[in-house]
Amino acid sequence: MSFDAKKGDWVQIHKIVLKPEERTAKIPEETKKVPLEMWVKGYLKEDANIGDTVEIVTVAKRTVKGELVEVNPVYTYSFGEEFVPELVKVGEMVKNIVRGDDN
Amino acid sequence: MVRDNSYDAVMGRKDEIITNATKINYGDYETGKLSFDYERMMKDTGFSLQDIIRIQRNVGVGNTPLLELRNLTKLVRKISPKGKGARIFVKDEQCNPSGSFKDRRASMSAYIAKKLGYKGVVAATSGNYGAAVASQAAIRNLDCIIVQECYDSRKVGQPEILEKQRKCECLGAEVVQLTVGPELFYEFLKALEETNFLNASLYSPYGIAGVESLGYEIAMQCRDMIGKEPEVVMVTNAGGGNLTGTARGLIKAGAVDTKVYGASVDLSGLHMASDIDFNRKAFTTGHTGFGVPYLTDPDHSDVPRSAARALRYMDQYQLVKQGEVFFITEALAELEGMERGPAGNTSLTAAFALAREMDEDQIIVVQETEYTGAGKHPLAQLSFARQNGIEVKFGNPEEEVPGKNIILPEHPSMIKSRHFDMDKLKETKSNVEFVEGVLKELGVTVK
Repeated sequence: MSFDAKKGDWVQIHKIVLKPEERTAKIPEETKKVPLEMWVKGYLKEDANIGDTVEIVTVAKRTVKGELVEVNPVYTYSFGEEFVPELVKVGEMVKNIVRGDDN
Repeated sequence: MVRDNSYDAVMGRKDEIITNATKINYGDYETGKLSFDYERMMKDTGFSLQDIIRIQRNVGVGNTPLLELRNLTKLVRKISPKGKGARIFVKDEQCNPSGSFKDRRASMSAYIAKKLGYKGVVAATSGNYGAAVASQAAIRNLDCIIVQECYDSRKVGQPEILEKQRKCECLGAEVVQLTVGPELFYEFLKALEETNFLNASLYSPYGIAGVESLGYEIAMQCRDMIGKEPEVVMVTNAGGGNLTGTARGLIKAGAVDTKVYGASVDLSGLHMASDIDFNRKAFTTGHTGFGVPYLTDPDHSDVPRSAARALRYMDQYQLVKQGEVFFITEALAELEGMERGPAGNTSLTAAFALAREMDEDQIIVVQETEYTGAGKHPLAQLSFARQNGIEVKFGNPEEEVPGKNIILPEHPSMIKSRHFDMDKLKETKSNVEFVEGVLKELGVTVK
């Protein structure tokens, strides 16, 4: 049987830290309705599939238990999914003023 | 013995965990029911300013360049009455190892951790401080855990915080990422208790003492470069440590006539612990959501008594709008050839506005820059804002409503000073709320 992830793979796990009913009183309603969730990365201790409850060892050598969500997790943020042309205009505007072309 | 790690049990052990993780007995400084000896707490760090500078130089921290922003000053003068338009200088704190002034704070925590024999450090932060702690821990061969508030309940992460996560991990730290909520403190305490690492708090006396070198350097560099001390030093204000440390450093350098102004992005109306509001703000720090509550009540951080007490040192508090900061960030790039920001540019924006009211021979120093890049850049933030239903447009910044729109000024002359009423700030806490809080603490009921 083949597994999504092998022992020793670098993975990310997910865990519910507090269920909605366990959350503290001093937070807005919309936050109280949702759980407090956590994600941590580390080395997988045993072969497993995505969705399995697993244990990992983090780089700070802690053992943490949770649901396996990703193997070799990547960073996906960027300089934006759409360009913001207004910023080009800002640059042009200030340069024109400083260089005396704004009249 | 199996430890009870339930929420209530861990929170119940809070004082014991924090004392073990700081080696500071905060009770020693309590002088009465309400008062505590702040100066003695700061003095007991045992470090002179010269010690701090030596420790920081040893790990590549501090001694950053002070740069004159000639084109931005020129822009100010073009849009100001004749004779107005102070010279603007900036302290390029991006030159610190991890790219922000936070290295000054982290360098002291990591030094103390090593000295006291801790194997690692833990910090609760979603900001540049995480990268700074990770960097300083790496230099000192310490393990590092950063606990971060990062996602909303859809697992949508603020791009700036995602970049901080990457940076911390790439510097060798474990990053615990959480959804929105103050119960982050619970995970933080568990990590401290499990590892016996040092609490590298942003608000420890060591961390704040570490910023004093910044104020000191500004005074010395101004004397050297300009032949006088600056009239105003503008500081981005969130938790208050940046302003407190800088002001103390200026005083220690003898620059007692220099005014210290705080600046924050106006995010009024957005709740900091709201799962919905979390991704409706384009700034993750340096805003009023932290700035205002920490000014009036500094002691709600991760230590019993915060060493960041900005209200003691702040001469004025300036508010800027999100759209104005993006405008100035772009102007800094295209006029000065410097890509920096975002939080550092909050004070630059306030300085730009204030410079218009000051005389040409006056000096205003913007006290920090920070590194920028994917996730942190205005392109990333404004694109993310649009995706989250925030309208981004040119217009009058006065009409900006946090969480609804971001208004880029149609012209730089629309960027104006907004002085926050300091008396009101002091009054809110020092009179009515403060007295009520004190009476409650003493168990006195007032009808």
